[in-house]
Parts: sequence; structure tokens; C-alpha cells
Amino acid sequence: MNKIFMFEALRSAIDEEMSKDETVLVIGEDVGHYGGSYKVTKDLHLKYGDLRILDTPIAENSFTGMAIGAAMTGLRPIVEGMNMGFLLLAFNQIANNAGMLPYTSGGNYQIPIVIRGPGGVGRQLGAEHSQRLETYFQAVPGLKIVACSTPYNAKGLLKSAIRDNNPVLFFEHVLLYNMKQEIPDYEYTLPLDKAEIVKEGKDITIITYSRMRYHVLKAVDRLIEKNVDPEVIDLISLKPIDMDTIIKSIQKTHKACIVEECMRTGGIASEIIARVNELIFDYLDSPIIRLSSQDIPTPYNGLLEQNTIVNSEQIINAIIKQLNI
Amino acid sequence: MATWKHGWELWERLTERNMNKKNLLFPLRSLSCFDQLCLKHCIRSQPSASRKTCNSEFMESRRTLLRRYSASSSEYYFPGAIGAPYTDKLELIAGEKEGRIPCFRIMNELGEVSSAIEKEYHPDHQVEPSMMTSMYQHMLKLHVMDTMLYSAQRQGRISFCMTSFGEEATAIGSAAALETADVIFGQYREQGVLLWRGFTYRDFCNQCCGNALEPAKGRQMPVHYGSKELNFVTISSPLATQIPQASGYAYGMKLSRSKNITVCYFGEGAASEGDFHAALNFAATLECPVLFVCRNNGYAISTPAKEQYRGDGIAGRGLAYGIDSMRVDGNDLWAVYFAVKEAKRRILETNRPLLLELLTYRGGHHSTSDDSSRYRQKNEIELYSERLSPLRRMKHFLAFRNCWNDEMDEKYIEEQRKELLTALEEAEKAPKAPLEDLFNDVYDQLTPNLQRQKTMLFEFLERQKRPTHSS
Repeated sequence: MNKIFMFEALRSAIDEEMSKDETVLVIGEDVGHYGGSYKVTKDLHLKYGDLRILDTPIAENSFTGMAIGAAMTGLRPIVEGMNMGFLLLAFNQIANNAGMLPYTSGGNYQIPIVIRGPGGVGRQLGAEHSQRLETYFQAVPGLKIVACSTPYNAKGLLKSAIRDNNPVLFFEHVLLYNMKQEIPDYEYTLPLDKAEIVKEGKDITIITYSRMRYHVLKAVDRLIEKNVDPEVIDLISLKPIDMDTIIKSIQKTHKACIVEECMRTGGIASEIIARVNELIFDYLDSPIIRLSSQDIPTPYNGLLEQNTIVNSEQIINAIIKQLNI
Repeated sequence: MATWKHGWELWERLTERNMNKKNLLFPLRSLSCFDQLCLKHCIRSQPSASRKTCNSEFMESRRTLLRRYSASSSEYYFPGAIGAPYTDKLELIAGEKEGRIPCFRIMNELGEVSSAIEKEYHPDHQVEPSMMTSMYQHMLKLHVMDTMLYSAQRQGRISFCMTSFGEEATAIGSAAALETADVIFGQYREQGVLLWRGFTYRDFCNQCCGNALEPAKGRQMPVHYGSKELNFVTISSPLATQIPQASGYAYGMKLSRSKNITVCYFGEGAASEGDFHAALNFAATLECPVLFVCRNNGYAISTPAKEQYRGDGIAGRGLAYGIDSMRVDGNDLWAVYFAVKEAKRRILETNRPLLLELLTYRGGHHSTSDDSSRYRQKNEIELYSERLSPLRRMKHFLAFRNCWNDEMDEKYIEEQRKELLTALEEAEKAPKAPLEDLFNDVYDQLTPNLQRQKTMLFEFLERQKRPTHSS
């Protein structure tokens, strides 16, 4: 066991998969000798060469399309978006091609592509660099979406994503790259479609993902002092959502609160609430609350930016209100 | 079988009807696609014929054309390439030519103007000495501002900065050749254009500090300047998004018969984006009065130009779209100035776009989040920043004409530094936008959804007694 940063965990996942399987390659801007803008692919080009760690010109739609084409012929590309917001340029390729081709070709073409990169609201990066794309992509059929939140799950999930034969969107968070955690030396993978029960409890189910996990945990420490025992679930898989874990939890606690970083309208929470209503409405004692970001572009100004996303105090407030304490 | 003769027959029929009108406004849309193309080509190759009322000249040009494209030849003219002659040689047009497109330059590294320069674009014949000095002073101001805002970021006073070291001549030279009424769509390295137009140090510092005094009220990152008054559209981070917007804006200007043009700046890296292709194609087919200025500074973060494209730079692409293009020494203030002046004149005359490639060098890092010593050699940076520097050659040019010297240089730089420091200090102290502003301008008016979110937020803040103002 040794303590490493999240970006190092991601790098070791890519390194291990590339050394095992020579069809795996990395495509992106400045991933080669520059090492990637968050250092995830640092020095990999020395080991695997310029063709397997491929630097591209600046054309996201085109190199995503290129990766999809390569995937159809048997390669397993990992596309790095310098910032997930730039993937909006590649939306056409991802939605119309990666998501659809296995289906429209009658299963004749598989697209084992992984598209990864940093997203989420950082520290004063301005609106275009603070995009959360998970909600836009969750409606696209044929895609799998995963959001990692710790170095341990980042490595395990990325390895599974690379081995998976479907297109996987792998969302990292720009502020979590410098997180340190001990991870095992032995090889391990994590399933792409299972949520993680971070803490067991009985009073209320808190569902979250990515960086909001840490705000939730901070809130939970304070709630425990007030004798509340929440159960915290980290979604991990945003598409398909692990409804089994959520259902079992709500059947136990009968109340739920969803904390997400994406915008309120059409967010991940809206999907979960709709499904819970359909499947286990009778188990709920009160409506599910969702805490999400405001429906506005993220401003640069520090105070305004802080008030755009959810903070732990809002979480504590909402839960106390729901539990009538 | 449609031949060239067909186009001329149509022409005859229509001109008989419109013979006495000055401008031939044919009901073009009523003709078939092929007919339209034939006619358009006829008119273009015989521009004077469009205002013809004199029969004999018209008949002469008609005869010439009929001789050239006589019905006896078995030549077809496909809609895709009307006028393309047939050949019986299996020869490829080389993709990577031997020779490069030549680069227009007026003064060399030492500020000496070549004796072969024509009078129309010789600075001594066309520019007043006071204007020459003013242009150099603006280049110095830009350099000082960049240096100090960069240090301010390093000291933690602002959060981010991008400099334009080495590209001072591209910004000031082009801005000086334009009017403030010409609309600018920039990428993020054109603060010199704003500086020339009158954006003050206070304005720049307000934006970098993100306070409430700047036009965007602190909503965008530093260096994402914008000024409606100075006709500089707010910078947007993703690359090349501004290029199709510039084509569109120019189209609007054409419809409103404006006497001004749209100017769009971008780097050679951004020219790899799909938006570049679409924008140039549209500008050419819709005939938009837009000037595309590519600052080819050799690097896109760490990607060198030789990995960005294989063709002959960006100027080489104009031909593919049917856009006139030119390559200019971007470190030569005069070449940039006269090239842009001539470009604007041409665009207003023909209503067609133009592509200028300014060859220059990015003297600094991509931004404060980059360290370019990791991917380029120090001696390379020094070569361009010193020997080929735009500031150095302009200083020599002025010194030779006794308009400037080292002492004046030092004094001016010191003055500007003090001014900028004062502006930065004031901008730091100025108030930031209040929290009430959070939901404004998402739409022109608050929607019920946003009104509810605002109410909820302020109720929460009241209860928790959290700050509603930045300290």
C-alpha cells in the first residue's frame, strides 16, 4: 500500500492497461511530451512512444471521431478532453456515433472507447471551464457514464472502463486531482455499474457523486453530533444508475436527499427522483429533496461562484428540515 | 448538353429587358442552379459588361467569349468547377510545395526600411512622425502592462494572466490601421488592440481583479476583456468560436451597408478547429466583409506548428476557400500596418473576405498555468525575443530618425510602470459585485424558476448570517 495522488492513480491505471494490452492508446491535446494539462499522462510517451500517446491538433470533434473510427477497427482508445467542457464540440460524434453505432450496425461494430477528463466547478475558472456535462449526456442511449471520487475508485474504475466494450464517459473533477489516498499494490478493478455505500446508516439516505461526496461527508460529521445517522451513497455510475442499492437503502431509511454539482434543471437528481417515484413511492415518508447548483453560468467572482454550488451548511440545513429536528 | 453559349444566350435575353438600367438586378432566383452559375461567371469575367448600355462593346465581349468557349469543342462545364479546362496529363498538384508563400516585410531586424518599398506603403511617405512615436509608445505600454500583470499573478494579486510578449506589433500595427467602428472578435492575446482604442490601465486592472466596475461585473476570468463601446466583443475561452461569429457579424454589416468591416483574430492552433473551416467557407460563399487575421506564433501551448498542420501555414488555406490571402512578417510593425490598411480597403471595395497570416513568435508562456521552458529551448526564446523582437526594430527605426532614444525609453517605461501600479492598487480596492447580481443577465428578465432559487438562497443566507458581499 502506498499513498498517491488521484492523478497518479489514473496514470497507473492507464499504464497498467497499456502494458497488458497493446491495442490501448491515448489520444488528446498535449498528452505526449507535455504530460497532459493535469499530468495524468506524464512520461507515458517515453514508455509507449508517440503513436500510442498521440498528440493531436486542436479539433475535439475530429479527434473524438478519429478515436471512434479507431475503436471500430479493434483499437481501444482513451480520449483525453483537456476540460470536459470542450467535449461539447465533440457532442455530435459522441451522441450520433459512439452511442448509436453498435445499435445501428446490428451489433457488428463495438466502440470500446473511454473519454475522460476534468469537469466540475473549480476555483474561479470562469463559465466555460466549469462545465458539468453529465446531465447533457445522461439522455444519450448507448453511453455509460462514470464519475470517480477517490484515488482508489479512480484507478479501479478506469481500468474497468478501458476493458469495457462500450463507450464510457469517465468524469474526473478538476479539484480532486491532488487528493492523496493509500491504494493497494496488487491489481484490482471496480465494477462500472455499482454505487458505493460510503457510510451505513438508518435515518436518511444521502445520494451524491464526485466532489460533492466530500461536502456531504463534512455535513455528516456535524449531523452525527446532532444524533442523526445518515446513510451516504456515492453513485459512481451515473448511467446506468444503480437503482438496486438506492432502493435497498430507501426501503431502510424511508427518506432521501440528493446532493449534486450539476445544474438543477434536468440534473441527475431529477432522474433518480422520477425513478424512485415509479418504483418505491410507498416506502417514502416525505418527498425527496435535491440540492443542486443554480441554473446559471458559473461566474468568475469568488463569492458569486461559491453561492452557485452547494455547500455543507446547506446540506445540514436541508436534512434537519426534512427530519423535523 | 449545356455549354457556355447557354449562359450567354440567357444573358442576351435578360439584358434586352434590363438594357437601360444601371444595375442589372436579374431575377436570378427564377433561373435554374446551372443557369445561375453560368451567368454569375459571365458577369464576373466581364465586370464592365454589367453596366453596359453600349451595344458594340457588349457584342465584342460576347464574341470573344463565344470564340473561347465555342460549341464546336466538346467541353462540358460541371457546376462544381465551371471553367476548369480539361487536360490529358496525369499530374498531381503537390500538397507540400517546394517553395513557401512569400512573407511581406518592410523593415528588417535592425529597423532599416528596404529601398525597394513602394511609396504607397513606405512609412516615411505615409505616416506622420508623431503617429510613429505614438505607435511605438503603445507597444511599450502593452509590454509594460503584460510584464506587470504577469508578476501580479505570480504574487497572488490576480488569479490568472496571459501575455502577448513578442506579438506587440501584431496587435498595435493592426489596430492602428483600423477605426474604432471596425468590430473586433479576438481570441485572448489581443489586449494591444484594446489598448490602442483607449481601454485604460484602470479598465484592464478592473477586469483582472473581477470587480464591479468593469463591463462584465467580474463574471469572467482575467484577460477575458470586452467593451461594447470600443467594439471589442467579450472574449470566450473555447478556441475558434469567434471565427464563425465574425463571419455572421460581417454579413449583418453588409446588409446594413456599413462602411466598416469585422476583424477576427485567432492563432494557428485555433485554425485547426472545425469552426475555422466552416467560418471561412461561409465568408467566401456568402461574401462577408470580414478580415481574418491569424497570429501564427509557432506554438499552441506545447504543440509546435509543425505538429499542428502539414500545409503551407494558414495563408496556404485561403486558396482552398477562394479567399485572397497574404503572409506578413508579424514582428514588423509597418508591414502589419500597411497590410491591414490595404486589406480593409480591398474588403470594402469588393465585399469579399480576406485572410492575413502574421508570422510571429510567442515570447512568453501560453499563460500563467504554463511553463514553456519544458518544451522549448532557452536559446530559441532568446533569439526571437531579442534579435527578432518587434520592439527592438521599431526602436532602431525611430532612433535613426531622431524621434526616440534609450533615455526616453527608460523614462517612458518607468512612468508607465508607476501608472499601472496605481491602477492595479485602485482596482484591488474597488468593490466586487454584490450577491444580488448572481442571477442577473442569465436572461433579460428573471424567470420564475430563477426568482425562486434567488429567494431560497437569500432566505438561507439570512438564517445562517452568511456574507452577501465580498470583503
